[in-house]
Amino acid sequence: MTRASETPADPTAGPAGVRSARALRRAADPADPTGAPGPRTPGTAGPAGRAGWRARLLAPVADRGNALHPGAWWLWALGLAVAASRTTNPLVLGLIVGVAGYVVAARRTDAPWARSYGAFVKLGLFVVALRIVFSVALGSPIPGTHVLFTLPEVPLPAWAQGIRLGGRVTAEQVVFALYDGLKLAALLICVGAANALANPARLLKSLPGALYEAGVAVVVAMTFAPNLVADVVRLRTARRLRGRPAGGVRAVLHIGLPVLEGALERSVAVAASMDARGYGRTARVPPAVRRTTNVLTLGGLLGVCAGSYGLLAAQGAGYGLPLLAAGLAAAVGGLRLGGRRSVRTRYRPDRFGPRSWLVAASGIAVAVLMIRANAYAPDALHPGVVPLTAPELPLWPALSVLPGLLPAVIAPVPPAREESSA
Amino acid sequence: MIRFENVSVTYEDAAGPTLRGVDLTVPEGELVLLVGPSGVGKSTLLGAVSGLVPHFTGGTLSGRVTVDGRDTRTHHPRELADLVGTVGQDPLAHFVTDTVEDELAYGMESLGLAPAVMRRRVEETLDLLGLAELRDRPIATLSGGQQQRVAIGSVLTTHPKVLVLDEPTSALDPSAAEDVLAVLQRLVHDLGTTVLMAEHRLERVVQYADRVLLLPDAVLGTPAEVMAVSPVHPPVVALGRLAGWEPLPLTVRDARRRAGGLKARLERRREERDPAGALPRPVPSPDRGSVPDPGPRTPHGPAPAGTRGPGADPRVSAPAASGARGSGDGAPASGKGRGGGFPLFRGRRAPAPGAPDGAGAPLLDVDRLAVRRGRVEALRRVDLRVAPGETIALMGRNGAGKSTLLSTLVGMIAPTSGSVRVSGLVPHATDPRTLIRRVGLVPQEPRDLLYAETVGEECAAADADAGAAPGTCRALVTELVPGVADATHPRDLSEGQRLALALAVVLTAAPPLVLLDEPTRGLDYAAKARLVVRLRALAAGGRAIVLATHDVELAAELADRVVIVAGGEVVADGPTAEVVVSSPAFAPQVAKILAPEPWLTVEQVEEALRP
Repeated sequence: MTRASETPADPTAGPAGVRSARALRRAADPADPTGAPGPRTPGTAGPAGRAGWRARLLAPVADRGNALHPGAWWLWALGLAVAASRTTNPLVLGLIVGVAGYVVAARRTDAPWARSYGAFVKLGLFVVALRIVFSVALGSPIPGTHVLFTLPEVPLPAWAQGIRLGGRVTAEQVVFALYDGLKLAALLICVGAANALANPARLLKSLPGALYEAGVAVVVAMTFAPNLVADVVRLRTARRLRGRPAGGVRAVLHIGLPVLEGALERSVAVAASMDARGYGRTARVPPAVRRTTNVLTLGGLLGVCAGSYGLLAAQGAGYGLPLLAAGLAAAVGGLRLGGRRSVRTRYRPDRFGPRSWLVAASGIAVAVLMIRANAYAPDALHPGVVPLTAPELPLWPALSVLPGLLPAVIAPVPPAREESSA
Repeated sequence: MIRFENVSVTYEDAAGPTLRGVDLTVPEGELVLLVGPSGVGKSTLLGAVSGLVPHFTGGTLSGRVTVDGRDTRTHHPRELADLVGTVGQDPLAHFVTDTVEDELAYGMESLGLAPAVMRRRVEETLDLLGLAELRDRPIATLSGGQQQRVAIGSVLTTHPKVLVLDEPTSALDPSAAEDVLAVLQRLVHDLGTTVLMAEHRLERVVQYADRVLLLPDAVLGTPAEVMAVSPVHPPVVALGRLAGWEPLPLTVRDARRRAGGLKARLERRREERDPAGALPRPVPSPDRGSVPDPGPRTPHGPAPAGTRGPGADPRVSAPAASGARGSGDGAPASGKGRGGGFPLFRGRRAPAPGAPDGAGAPLLDVDRLAVRRGRVEALRRVDLRVAPGETIALMGRNGAGKSTLLSTLVGMIAPTSGSVRVSGLVPHATDPRTLIRRVGLVPQEPRDLLYAETVGEECAAADADAGAAPGTCRALVTELVPGVADATHPRDLSEGQRLALALAVVLTAAPPLVLLDEPTRGLDYAAKARLVVRLRALAAGGRAIVLATHDVELAAELADRVVIVAGGEVVADGPTAEVVVSSPAFAPQVAKILAPEPWLTVEQVEEALRP
């Protein structure tokens, strides 16, 4: 980010985090122009009257109070993912990935979960490569005339008819596999974007009260994984101190037991700490309410199962939908009632404010526009591979992806990146 | 507020009860300090107050513990959560959430406080503990002192009437420890919180206590009364007992006001022993009081009377662990470190790398070392030379780069620029099997070094790793900690025993350079004293020792030279007496009391007073 230059590396000044926290506060303080986060927000520094509505529309520096609801980010990303699932045009897919990537680049924080985006991109590329490799090795039902090369074919017995190993590889089948892989990759990257932008811990905190404690357990488990990795690294380096090579499978096997032991000890310690801090305190609930809760929750879940079966099965679609709806309603009621048993309150829950609504709406808009585009331009969105044609970028479907860029403008700007690698 | 009525706690498969017949009443608003050697049940007693013993740890509790009228027998820890705040030894094991603000709110959420109340209390607590700037930071990125403050803050927000702390300052550097203690004192004074705290580093905490509880006999009394009889006591008390001061002083300030007579006696003694007064007095350098003092880097005054050759072992003649270190020549502190000082000075004058001459070939030669991690410069332009037989203390605040430096010396981190030579080898490019015969590191958590199920297996593995004769490690263990059975699991050893085992494993390969990272964390005074004896014996045997420590008393007792690291740079490097006495943060208690006289430890004073 541009503001990194404002806090030059100066290790004598103390830990990097303290400096950037200071920078954050400076940036958050409208009276101090030195902290104004870049050229886009000079309006906040001026008196309110001068900039007026423009100042109000500018994206503020993110802090806890104005953070977007994580659900909004997920809705936005799922919208993009739905859009991606509706096309195989590599140019449109590229555009969707580009939109997601731009928003991530503009709005992701320095938090550990934000770094997962790169992993998802790599996973996407791996999926593309894998899809092509399978297509080349196993052949493809796509008829083609442009033979690229011919692999030696493995003769298979008669009972394995329909399966081919090796053989002709045509340009058409490779292009088809590429398009298909790209679609999957785009879906993955959209999920990765949501992962990078929304704090998973806060998302779990938005669960209903009855599920809150399960959510806390997941949060603890998530902070656990990095600790485990750190343990492995520490013990591996400690092996060097014993004069044993730190690498290799044997090293990992050898430290496995101590690592697990350490993890177990830590989990006991965390459990003790949670207990001593009031985890699992429950309010007294009349037995009638408790029983109703159980009946509603179990009955609701049963209803959901039966309803989904009805919807998916060949017959009975008529009562599937109402049953599903009734089951859902009962389950929600059960969860609500169950929440009464929990005395917990929420500290500063994320609110679904106007900016969250806009972010969510932008994603949904992309999805809806793309589904409609399938009606008027199906050919452009699914370019044929037989015969091979160069895909075109259809104007209107391309434009309908662009609302997805809205979060890059309206979501709160994350504070200056920390320079530390911690 | 807290009542123990004839409480005994027995853990399963323990030989006897951990606590036996404790009767105790702690009134509201007192700060009570638990003292006693390791393993007398301090943590158990603290756990009994919060209800974690026996509800969480198992074991049998007989008798009755009540906190504000609630019996812990019938109340689970979570039902005491609004009353008792507990912070354990390891703050990292305490955290449930991932950011500072969430952590502060967690306890209140569990209790179901109203959102407006929670918000207000979080802001108050952020201010009280000076955490406002860190509110959005992930907890994992905080330093040890910050984490400890967050841990304390996270239990304060529920406004508990009782605060239970297990070794709150052990892992902290001196100034971070003072921050934490200042907060505790403020709580006691302003909010009337009852604080029950166990701590090994008494020199830091005893002056804050209203009363002291001495275990295992559960003697409760004023600090002065208990300290007069306690087997564990800070140096100021030891000096007071030695000098026969009555009542016993607990703070450096009290002791200083009484120290006039003692100082005069010491002065006389020194003149008797060194009538010519020829020895240079190391302490009164013109710029006392500032740590980044270039003074110690240049030799001032003439060479010490008993001129020693450069790099000669200053203590080969001193009987190991006799406590008579350096006292042969009148000015005890000035004698130490001279031998070690010379290679350093030579290095300053002729910085030609790799040109060790004659007998003074340094074991360790660090030349303009820099280490970067991403954009962070963890170390910059570090120069360090260590000669055989020297003991060097690395000091500096948490996160200053001490551990990074030690890791670089054993090749766990490759230098970004500059060079490290250990007995002429480049550590990170050397095969670990060769390297362990040149340099050994006992890490901060000695357990990291130990893999095996039993002490016996561990020793056999260490012999195999080092290529030593079978039985070498076992013999070292027996020498360092007599009475540890082969079949014991390393986890069941006490902190001190585990440290000794790790040290034995490292020494099996007989490296001439031994590094220790925070060796006294969690050790009581007795274990620390044993460690000091062992390390002195090693140094007397010609080994060089480098220890990174926050423990100023340890540095004063052991080190010939102190190197202070700040922000990845060496800001002071010189004989212990010069560097340590001139610093308010790093001076040991005896030095503060007897300044400007050059005494650092009670042992030296005792030796000097001996007829």
